[in-house]
Amino acid sequence: MKMSRRQVLILLPAAAAAWDAVLAGTPEAAPNYALTKHWWGMLVDISKCIGCGNCVRACATENDVPDGYFRTWVERYHVSDYDLVNPKVDSPDGGKEGFPPALEVGGKNFFVPKMCNHCADSPCTQVCPVGATFITPDGAVLVDKKYCIGCRYCIQACPYGCRFLNPKTQTAEKCTLCYHRITKGMTTACCEACPTGARQLADLKDPKDPIHAFLRTHTVQVLKPYMATGAKLFYNDLDGSVR
Amino acid sequence: MPVQGYMYPDEIELAWSVLIVLYPFITGLVAGAFILASLERVFRVEAVKPTYRLALLTALAFLLVAPLPLQLHLGHPERSFEMYLTPHRSSAMAMFGFVYLWYLMAVLVLEIWLDYRRDIVLLAQSSKGLKQLLYRVLTLGSTNISEAALRVDDRAGYVITVVGIPSAFLLHGYVGFIFGSIKANPWWSSPTMPVVFLFSAMVSGIAVVLLLYMFSSWYRKQTIDMRCVDTVARYLFYTFLIDFGLEMLDLVHRIYEADESFRSLDFMVHTRLYLSQVVLQIYIGTLAPIGLLALTQLFKLGEKARKRIYAIAGGLTLLGIFAMRWNVVIGGQLFSKSFLGYTTYKVGFVAREGLLTAIFLTFLPFAILWVLVKVLPPWLDSESLSRDGAIAAQGDD
Amino acid sequence: MSGFKNAEHLFRVAFVFVAGVAAFVLLRAVLVPRSFGQYGHYRGNAITEIAAQPVKFAGHQACETCHSDVVAVKGQGKHAGVNCEACHGPLANHAEDPGTIQPPKLNTLVLCVRCHEENGARPKGFPQIVAKEHNAGELPCETCHQPHSPVIGSGAKS
Repeated sequence: MKMSRRQVLILLPAAAAAWDAVLAGTPEAAPNYALTKHWWGMLVDISKCIGCGNCVRACATENDVPDGYFRTWVERYHVSDYDLVNPKVDSPDGGKEGFPPALEVGGKNFFVPKMCNHCADSPCTQVCPVGATFITPDGAVLVDKKYCIGCRYCIQACPYGCRFLNPKTQTAEKCTLCYHRITKGMTTACCEACPTGARQLADLKDPKDPIHAFLRTHTVQVLKPYMATGAKLFYNDLDGSVR
Repeated sequence: MPVQGYMYPDEIELAWSVLIVLYPFITGLVAGAFILASLERVFRVEAVKPTYRLALLTALAFLLVAPLPLQLHLGHPERSFEMYLTPHRSSAMAMFGFVYLWYLMAVLVLEIWLDYRRDIVLLAQSSKGLKQLLYRVLTLGSTNISEAALRVDDRAGYVITVVGIPSAFLLHGYVGFIFGSIKANPWWSSPTMPVVFLFSAMVSGIAVVLLLYMFSSWYRKQTIDMRCVDTVARYLFYTFLIDFGLEMLDLVHRIYEADESFRSLDFMVHTRLYLSQVVLQIYIGTLAPIGLLALTQLFKLGEKARKRIYAIAGGLTLLGIFAMRWNVVIGGQLFSKSFLGYTTYKVGFVAREGLLTAIFLTFLPFAILWVLVKVLPPWLDSESLSRDGAIAAQGDD
Repeated sequence: MSGFKNAEHLFRVAFVFVAGVAAFVLLRAVLVPRSFGQYGHYRGNAITEIAAQPVKFAGHQACETCHSDVVAVKGQGKHAGVNCEACHGPLANHAEDPGTIQPPKLNTLVLCVRCHEENGARPKGFPQIVAKEHNAGELPCETCHQPHSPVIGSGAKS
């Protein structure tokens, strides 16, 4: 790309100003929010999910998620009576417009919403070469899109397939647990939009959070526990066939 | 249909492209060429001396190109210097900046400079114009090429090569670790990955120097030193056996343990990856060159036959090692981490990460090598004298 | 000293290296973002930047401050647990400025079937219909059902 001297003279101070903005950032903290008082997670109740896709649409709207990429998605499982190990799974456009009627009859059928597990020992933050993705002191795994170089190593390292490269920003992106909402006392967009309460935000450090009682009284699992990621997305009624 | 079965929605598009296949191929050639050069310098395998300088220049040419596929792949190449500012110590990839810089400056450039110093000083005196300026700068202001000074250079070069061998291992081994340490991907996650990468790097590096030496000798109408190429080919053969053995170990282990991922990966190798893995990498790229080289080791063949076999085996080797990188990088992204489906790699042609870019980057090192050979001639012609020529010509300095 | 004279060029190289390292250290001191390392190996300011993203869904508490009448009706019916924006869509801009920004009119024919169209994978006991048979797929749902309290005869008025 040939640049005239004038273009370089204009670009250089602009670049310097931009970098200075990255260096300085926006220093005001969200008022009244103490990072150390929270440890965020989420509860998904498979027995309640109706596969309406509200969560996928709400997330896409709230976070300007580009078409064809998903910060959250819903899978539909068909487990035949004779083969627990090989379920038939589909997720048409991530479940964004719901699901068409199933072709298979019989067996066991259910929906599984998926999203970032906000792992306490996340393999994705481990591999980031520059420190652009990290876990906050309050338990949300986030991406600093001003610092991300777009190498896609974190995308490869996530066992759950929840990361993607945003084609517009050319940085890695994924569910942020609606950090901009939960730090203001609201719930996530997907939880807000879920009509059956299948998705619920959980604050594991808050003694009054209903998740504590729920965990005591229900059988709860995480995805791929053998990966030892410290996942904080807990599923109630998760079938053994779920990948 | 691009997707067969079920892929997590964000997995359908491949994150790492053919450029990420090219990068380990290129650094592998660097490491391999350097190891070959060190055979003479440290392990005193005199027979391969004719390839010494050529191997160093080859390593440099490829090393200079190595960061380019990475920069073209990054979403924000203008931020890549962040790896130098805030390297994340738990990330193998963060090592890249420092290992690369160390290897480039403290090993390769330094060793080349020390080996060529006498020539550079002489050329600074004998050349004219811009070329003279270039050589003058390269002398760093010192014109001492006395016998004693050259002995100092020799000693220093020896030390650097000794340091350079583990550095070369690190330069390419960490790439293997980048893949091998990803527990999320069963095609990659393995402790043998760095070792397999390293041995296949040595194989490709030796093969490329062998081919370049034979080609340059033919081009310059010089006789090929058969003792040299026979020795190089022998090292190629044995290194290849070790490399093949390691890959077979990985394969047998997978088949035997048959863990959760096995069925899905096995299906992939028999279908989407069949051409590149079984046909190109194993049959054409490994078994054929090993077989050809075995012929030269087992039977007494004439010079012409040996030259032909070495050329063909060398070419097939490079093809096979490239296919190996392809199968690791692309193969690792073709199957779903749900083990329920497969996707397709759609590679563009004229695109930032397209085939044309990859082809250009593959040939660029040879163009750079051409320039390097002109500036720092590796051979004993009228323009230059090799290191021993200088020491042997004890003379009047 | 002849020893030094013969190794002098190595000192020149060493000088180049040391100069390079010094330049790197200096540059690094200038270029590393100031808030880096505040909480961990990342830019501390990233947390506040991400938290500053604008909100699009107001959250049901915001709706309830003005629409308490609807809340009363909804709270008695089957949709008690369904938040307002689950059907009405993101309305933070309306909550900010209720007079100027009006929520869009909803099309029940599209909206209601998203949850209630028959689908084998939905949990047993969840109310489902086959639209073609139920309302011929063309009679708007609110003809018979009041969305805020959908059971027919639950006695609610919009």
